[in-house]
Amino acid sequence: MSSLLRAAPEILQAFGETFYMLLVTVPLAVLFGTALGTVLFLARPGSLLRAPRLYLALNATVNLLRSFPFLILMIALIPVTRLLVGTALGTTAATVPMVINAIPYFARLAEQALLDVDRGVIEAGQAMGMSRKQLVWHILYVEARSGLANCVTIVTVSFFGYSTVAGLVGGGGLGDFAIRWGYYRYETLVLFVTVGIMVACVQAFQFTGNTVVRRLDKRI
Amino acid sequence: MVGIELRGVTKTFDTPTGPLHAVNDVWLCVEEGSIHGIIGLSGAGKSTLLRLINLIERPDSGEVVVDGRELTGLSEEEVRHARRGIGMIFQHFNLLANRTALDNVALPLAIAGVAKREQRQIAIDRLETVGLPHKRDAYPAKLSGGEKQRVAIARALATQPRILLCDEPTSSVDPQTKGTILGYLREINRRFGITIVLVTHEMSVVRAVCDVVTVLDRGRSVEQFAPNDHLHRPRSAIASFLARSEIVLEPLGDDASVAVAGGE
Repeated sequence: MSSLLRAAPEILQAFGETFYMLLVTVPLAVLFGTALGTVLFLARPGSLLRAPRLYLALNATVNLLRSFPFLILMIALIPVTRLLVGTALGTTAATVPMVINAIPYFARLAEQALLDVDRGVIEAGQAMGMSRKQLVWHILYVEARSGLANCVTIVTVSFFGYSTVAGLVGGGGLGDFAIRWGYYRYETLVLFVTVGIMVACVQAFQFTGNTVVRRLDKRI
Repeated sequence: MVGIELRGVTKTFDTPTGPLHAVNDVWLCVEEGSIHGIIGLSGAGKSTLLRLINLIERPDSGEVVVDGRELTGLSEEEVRHARRGIGMIFQHFNLLANRTALDNVALPLAIAGVAKREQRQIAIDRLETVGLPHKRDAYPAKLSGGEKQRVAIARALATQPRILLCDEPTSSVDPQTKGTILGYLREINRRFGITIVLVTHEMSVVRAVCDVVTVLDRGRSVEQFAPNDHLHRPRSAIASFLARSEIVLEPLGDDASVAVAGGE
């Protein structure tokens, strides 16, 4: 029990670090990932924009970034991180590879959510005289909104886990803390409690996400 | 007066099995203020022909003239603008699931740049036209098939179009609702003088509301007649086949196929 008390302030700090990383990564991933996913959807052959070369280029880039194991991407991006935030170590530095990994990830999920929009509703929009931009804002995002909200939940949960790897570059966070304090120092109780907190966080993310999706979805 | 004129329009699609001539050199005049049916079997090119009128499909050759304007000669933006004068309804209604009936009807007005308050007033008025003012806050999922199609009609009428294109509007509703939908189409045609082009595979639908019908067979217009002219005898094989319009069970042969006349 005393081990837990000694660890408590550090658990709190790790908790803060994890949320800091998520609060940077998820909004940026949603913003740029949605934009990228929309372009992927529009440029796809047979869709609303005739741009086969753009599609090939974006598709290949997204696949490339998504194929790196996160740990290797993190190391490979060290020079980029130094350039962007001035250092390759610390919590902020760890968010750079997270964001770069999360954008193409979210783009793929968003593309899929847009593909789920009924083709007929898009056609109805065209028949109303909508421009491409209007189709995106008045039809696609409206009809895909619950799907997109679901994508946000998936990305949040995934990167909650990925943030553990951030410990490697001194990023801190709950997962990193569980390994350093709990595992390496044989403090089993600290390990269990920290992992328990992480499990509770993921449950909370999923519950919140599901509630929002249910509110947004009027299809049933 | 001619409302819509198709001059030798052709549309070919590339398919893995080779080019498909969906619409093949069709010449067609739709009288202003009339209800013009287009009938044919599945794959005859009916729906493609309808989409050539508002240029959702661009013809490979030929001209599309609506209300005296040659749409095929206009720019992309001018075509979008012209579409506000051409309403469209669909077999599967194609309402936005995440918008209420009222917001669905108001959407074309928002696109046309009508002020918010006015959008609401017009949308309420259109819902009254189709007898659904009490459903304005309902989401499509809470409406029956017939109600969804009536909301779709209200939406198509929002911008006061001169023309209404109907793509199999009664093919996914029950027989009683069919009568209601067709009744509203007839009413709209009479009251507002809107020209209606109606695609269907059912001769009963044509007989109920159409002034003239064009028979389409494999992308070609093969016959045109007034369906209520009792002296008319269908000339084309496909027209007489559709006119019989009863279900024919074929004996199951080697390929075990069942042909359904006039159905899908």
